[in-house]
Amino acid sequence: MTETLPGADAPNPLDEAAITTAVNQALEAIAATASLEDLKAVRLAHTGEKSPLSLANRQIGKLSKEDKATAGKLMGASRGRVNQALAARTVDLEAENDARILVEETVDVTAAPRRRRAGARHPLSTLQDRVCDIFVGMGWEIAEGPEVESEWFNFDALNFKPDHPAREMQDTFFVEPPEAHLVMRTHTSPVQVRSMLERDLPIYVLCPGKVFRTDELDATHTPVFHQFEGLAIDKNLSMADLLGTLEHFTRQMFGDEASVRLRPNYFPFTEPSAELDIWHPGAKGGPRWIEWGGCGMVNANVLRAAGIDPDVYSGFAFGMGIERALMFRNEVGDMRDMIEGDVRFSEHFGMEI
Amino acid sequence: MRIPLSWLREFAQVPAGATAEDVMADLVKVGFEEEDVHRPTDTLQGPIVVGQVLSLVKEPQSNGKTINWCQVRVVPEGQEQTLTGEGIDQSGVQGIICGAHNFVEGDKVVVTLPGAVLPGDFRISARKTYGHLSAGMIASVRELGIGEDHDGILVLSSIGLDPEIGTDAMELLGLYDQAAEINVTPDRGYAFSIRGVAREYAHATGTTFTDPASKVAVAASLSAGYPVKINDAAPIYGKPGCDRFAARTVTGVDATLPTPAWMSSRLRLAGIRSISLPVDISNYVMLELGQPLHFYDQDKLSGEIVVRRADAGEKLTTLDGKERALDAEDLLITDASGVIGIAGVMGGAATEVTDTTSTVLIEAAHFEEVSIARSRRRHKLPSEASKRFERGVDWHIADVAAQRAVDLLVELAGGTAQETGTDVGTAPDAVVIDLPAAYAAARIGIDFTEGQITTALQDLGGTVEKTADGYRVSAPSWRHDLETRDDLTEEIARLVGYDQIPATLPVAPPGKGLTRTQQQRRRLMQAFADAGLTEVLSYPFVSKAANDTFGTPEQGAERKALKLANPISEEQGYLRTSILPGLFEVARRNLSRGFRDLALFESGSVFLPEGTLGTASIPPLGTRPSDEVLDGLYDGVPHQPLHVAAVFTGHDSPAAAGHTPRPWDWADALDVARLAGDVLGVDLVVSQGAHQAFHPGRTAQLSLRSGEVVGYAGELHPKLLASHDMPARAAAVELNAELLFQAAADVIVARPISGFPIATQDVALVVPQDIPAAEVLAALREGAGELLEDVALFDVYAGKGIPDGSKSLAFGLRFRASDRTLTADEASAAREAAVALAAERFGAVQR
Repeated sequence: MTETLPGADAPNPLDEAAITTAVNQALEAIAATASLEDLKAVRLAHTGEKSPLSLANRQIGKLSKEDKATAGKLMGASRGRVNQALAARTVDLEAENDARILVEETVDVTAAPRRRRAGARHPLSTLQDRVCDIFVGMGWEIAEGPEVESEWFNFDALNFKPDHPAREMQDTFFVEPPEAHLVMRTHTSPVQVRSMLERDLPIYVLCPGKVFRTDELDATHTPVFHQFEGLAIDKNLSMADLLGTLEHFTRQMFGDEASVRLRPNYFPFTEPSAELDIWHPGAKGGPRWIEWGGCGMVNANVLRAAGIDPDVYSGFAFGMGIERALMFRNEVGDMRDMIEGDVRFSEHFGMEI
Repeated sequence: MRIPLSWLREFAQVPAGATAEDVMADLVKVGFEEEDVHRPTDTLQGPIVVGQVLSLVKEPQSNGKTINWCQVRVVPEGQEQTLTGEGIDQSGVQGIICGAHNFVEGDKVVVTLPGAVLPGDFRISARKTYGHLSAGMIASVRELGIGEDHDGILVLSSIGLDPEIGTDAMELLGLYDQAAEINVTPDRGYAFSIRGVAREYAHATGTTFTDPASKVAVAASLSAGYPVKINDAAPIYGKPGCDRFAARTVTGVDATLPTPAWMSSRLRLAGIRSISLPVDISNYVMLELGQPLHFYDQDKLSGEIVVRRADAGEKLTTLDGKERALDAEDLLITDASGVIGIAGVMGGAATEVTDTTSTVLIEAAHFEEVSIARSRRRHKLPSEASKRFERGVDWHIADVAAQRAVDLLVELAGGTAQETGTDVGTAPDAVVIDLPAAYAAARIGIDFTEGQITTALQDLGGTVEKTADGYRVSAPSWRHDLETRDDLTEEIARLVGYDQIPATLPVAPPGKGLTRTQQQRRRLMQAFADAGLTEVLSYPFVSKAANDTFGTPEQGAERKALKLANPISEEQGYLRTSILPGLFEVARRNLSRGFRDLALFESGSVFLPEGTLGTASIPPLGTRPSDEVLDGLYDGVPHQPLHVAAVFTGHDSPAAAGHTPRPWDWADALDVARLAGDVLGVDLVVSQGAHQAFHPGRTAQLSLRSGEVVGYAGELHPKLLASHDMPARAAAVELNAELLFQAAADVIVARPISGFPIATQDVALVVPQDIPAAEVLAALREGAGELLEDVALFDVYAGKGIPDGSKSLAFGLRFRASDRTLTADEASAAREAAVALAAERFGAVQR
C-alpha cells in the first residue's frame, strides 16, 4: 500500500469509471493485507480524509441538484462496499491474530512442575475409620477410653483372676508406682467395661484404639498396636448372632465371598470363647483362612462386674487387630513399615484404604 | 505341649499313616492350636544300622592324633548284604575310620552307611581319608540329633541295648516317631498330658479313648508308709496349699541303669532331656498322666515329712544349686532336718536322687494353683511341675501316678515295691453344676438334642443326671475350668462342633452415629492431610529429657510424667507429655533416608498425671464395685488428652523446571494451627509466645477467646535442631485438640448476607516496632464498628521515611452496610474511628 494515491487530483464523483477504479483499488489493497497494522494503513489510505473516495465525496456539495443525487448514490454505494470489506477483513485478521497468539503460547504439559504436595493419612487411621463406618452403618456406636488404665478395668473386671496364668500372657506394661495399679491397656476391652457401666442397655458398641504389650519390635510384633473390639449386650443374644455379625462385617471388608470360621479357644472374659478365622478370597497367593482375632459370649462375671444381670441379659464380644488386617488385606509384609513413619509408606496410600 | 504320636496311639485310635500335621488338624477343631512339628526323619535318613566292631587298629598320625581304622560288621555273619549302592561293601563288613576312642572290639555301634543323611544336611559317602577308604561313619548321639554328648560314639550296650547286627538303628532309637506340638490354653491344665490330649483327640475324631489311668493296677489302700503331715497354717484365698499327698517307697533301685531307648525317645520328642533313669521315669509319668512327681532319696530323709508354709528367714538350696531365701507364703516340703523342697516348684539338693540312691520315696501330691503360681513367680522358677500345678492337676490321679512310677522303677530300675504307702489329705467335693435344659441352645443358637447334651458331657468324663428342669452335672476331677453353666455350654458346643453354629444377624437399636468429638477428630486429621501434611504414628515412649524439652511451659519446670515400671528400653522409660519427641524422631529417620522436604503430623494421647495416681487397691472380680469405689478408679486414671502436632522442614514442594519451591517456615506451622481453628470453627488468638523448644523470637502462643492456652507454633530452637542433627531451620506446632473440640460452637448461627456495594479504604499506621500487628488489627476492628466487614494486613515496612524503632503497617479495610449503599463520608468516618482507637492504644500515627 505504498503507491501514491492521487489525493490532490480527486476523481469526479460523477465519473463512474473513475470511482469504480478507486473502489477496486481499495478492495484489492484490503484483500492484500496480512495484519491488523497493514489494515490500519489501508483504511487510512482508502477511507481517510485524503483518500480519493473521500475527496470525491467532498466534491458532491459543489454539484447541481440533479447531479448531487446521482453522485450521492454512486459514492454512498462505493464507500459502503469499501467499509464492508474493511470490516470483514478486520474480523478475519483478528481471528487469525488470536489463533496465532494461542499457538505461540503452547507449552510442554509433560514438563509441568508439582506445586502442591499431596498429604496423606496413615493407613492404620483410614482402615480404623473404615471399620468404624461399617459398624456405624449397622447402628452401632463408637466408644473410646484411656490408654493408661486402672488394672481393674483391664483385668479384674474382665474376669482375669489375680494369680491366673492368663494375666501373665498379656505381657503388660506397668506404670510406676506398682501400688497405684495402673497399666497401659493390653486390649481395648476396658472400654467395653466402661461402656457397660456408663451406657443404657441394650448396648452395641465398637471400641477401637491403641493397645500395648511388652513385645520387642520385629516384622510381626510391635509393642504398640491397634485393635477394635465389639460388644453387644441385649436380651437373648447367642453365638449365632456373634457369627452373623462377624460374617456381615467381614463381607463389607473383604467382599461377598468372605466368610468366618470359629474355633474353640480360651479367654477369661468370654465363655464360650472362640478363635476367629476369616476366609479371605483376595489373599495374596490365593484364597485361604486367616487367623484374625478372638471372640465369644461375654462371661457372666464380666456382666456382673458392670452390674448387669446375666440371667436377663447376654452378650457377645470380639476383638481384632488392625495392623494384622492391614498386613493381609493390603499386603504389608513388615510391621516395622507401619510404625517407622517413613513418608513413602503413608503417601503411597494417600487418603483412602 | 508336644505329643509323640507313638505315645498317643497307646490310648487313642490314631490311623497308622497319620502324620503330626494330621493330628494337629484334628486337635484344632476342639481348641488346640497347632504350633510345630518335631520329626527326626525330616533331617535324618538311612541307611543307619547296628554294626559290630570286628577289629580296631590304632594309627597314630603326623598331627599327633590317633585314628582308629575299624572293620565293622553290618550284616549278620552268613547273611547277604541286601543294600546296594556306592560304598556299600557286599561282604557285609565296612571299613570305617573313627576318631573316637570310647569303644573296643566287639562293641555294637550305630553305623551310618553311605547314602545316609544326618541333621545339618550331612551326607555320608565312602571317601578316602588317612590312607583308607572310609565307607560310612560310626555315629555319636549328637550326630544323630538325639543328644548333646559328643565325647564319643554311641556304644549301644551303654544304653542297655544288645540288638542283632544289621538292625535298623532308626527303628531301634525311635527315630521314625514324630511329635505334634500344640498350644494349650491356660484353662486346660489337663491337656499338659498324653492322657488329656488322647481324650481330646477322641472328642475331635469321634473315636475311642482308653484312659491310661485304667491301665495302672493301683494297690488297694496301703498304709504304714513314710510318715507325712499336711499342716498349712496360712491358706491363700482360704484354699489349703496341699490337699493330697501320696507317697510310695521302692527299695533296691539301681539308679545307674540306662533309660531304655523307647522312653528316652519319647521324652526327647516331648522336649524333655534324658537325665538318669529315676528322673526320666518321674518325667515320663508326669507327661503321661499329668501328675508331677518328686523322687527323694529316702535314706537322706530324716523323720516325718511336713508340708507347711515357710518361716521367716528360712533358706533352701534348690536342685539347680542356688540358695533361695523363702517367703512366708511359700509352701514347703520339710523333714526333721528342715526345708527339703519348695512344694510343686523345685526340690532341694540335699535329698535328691543320685547314682548311689537305692531307696526312692515317690511324692505324688496335689498342690493348689495360686500358691504354686506365686512361688514360681517369686523365685523365677518355671518348671514342668509348676506349669501343671498352676493350671490345675487331677486330684484323683496322685495314687495312680505313684503306682505307675513304682511299676516303672521295678520294671526298669531293678527295684522292689514296698507293700506300704502313704495317702493323706481330704478330697474336695466334685463341682456340681445345674444346666437348665434350654440354656445351651439359647446361648449357642443350635437346638441341641438331649442326646447331644448328655453324650458330650459324659464324653468329657463328667456324670450327668437328668433333673426336672435340666441336667445336674458333676465335673470331672481334672477339669478345674468347669464351674458354671456357661462352661458346660462351651463344652457341648465344642464337642458338637463350632462349625454347626448358624449365622444370624442381630439388629441394633437405632444408633446415634459418630459423636461430635469423633467427627471433629476426623475433620481435623483430614484437614491436616488435605493441607499437604503426611500422617505418621510414633510410640508414646520417650526419655525424661524429651519430655522436659517438649512439654509445654504450663507444665512447669518440674514436668510430671508417667514412668513405666518395665519399659522396653530404660532410656525411653517415660510416657510422652507431647507428641513432638516422637515426630522429631520420625523426621530424623526420614532425613537419614534422604527425604529433606517434610511436613509430618501425628495425633494421639499425651499423658499428664495430676492429683492422685491410681488406687491403693482394686476391687474383686465378678461383682460391681460401689459408686464410690468406681469413682476412685475413674479419678485415679491420669488425664490423657488428645494432641495433634506437626513438624516442617525443607520445602513445601519438590523443585522442578519452572518452579521455585518455598521453604517451610514458622508461618506454616502457625498457619496449620489456624487451619485447625477454621475447620473446627474455633476462634484462635495468636500472641507472641515463649517455649523452651522454640526460637525465642519466632514462637506463637495460641489461645482460645477465654484466654486458655491451646498450643504453640513457630520455628524450633536452632540449638535444639543443631544438637539433634536436624537441618538449621525447622518449624513445629502442637495443639491440645481436646480443648479445641470443646471450644467449637454447638450450632453456628448464620450471618445475613448484604448485597450492597463494598467500600474499601486503605490505611498505613506507624507504630513502635514491638507492637504486635494482630493487636493493632484488633484495635482497628473494634474502632471501626459494625460497618467493617473485613480488615487485613497487607504490608509491613520499616526503613526510609519511618522513624527508627517504628514500623509502618498497611491495612485494607472493607466496609459494607446491610441496608444501604455506604457513602464515601460514612466509610471515611468509620475508618477515622478505627484509626483513632489504634492511635489511642498504641500511639499509631497515620502516614
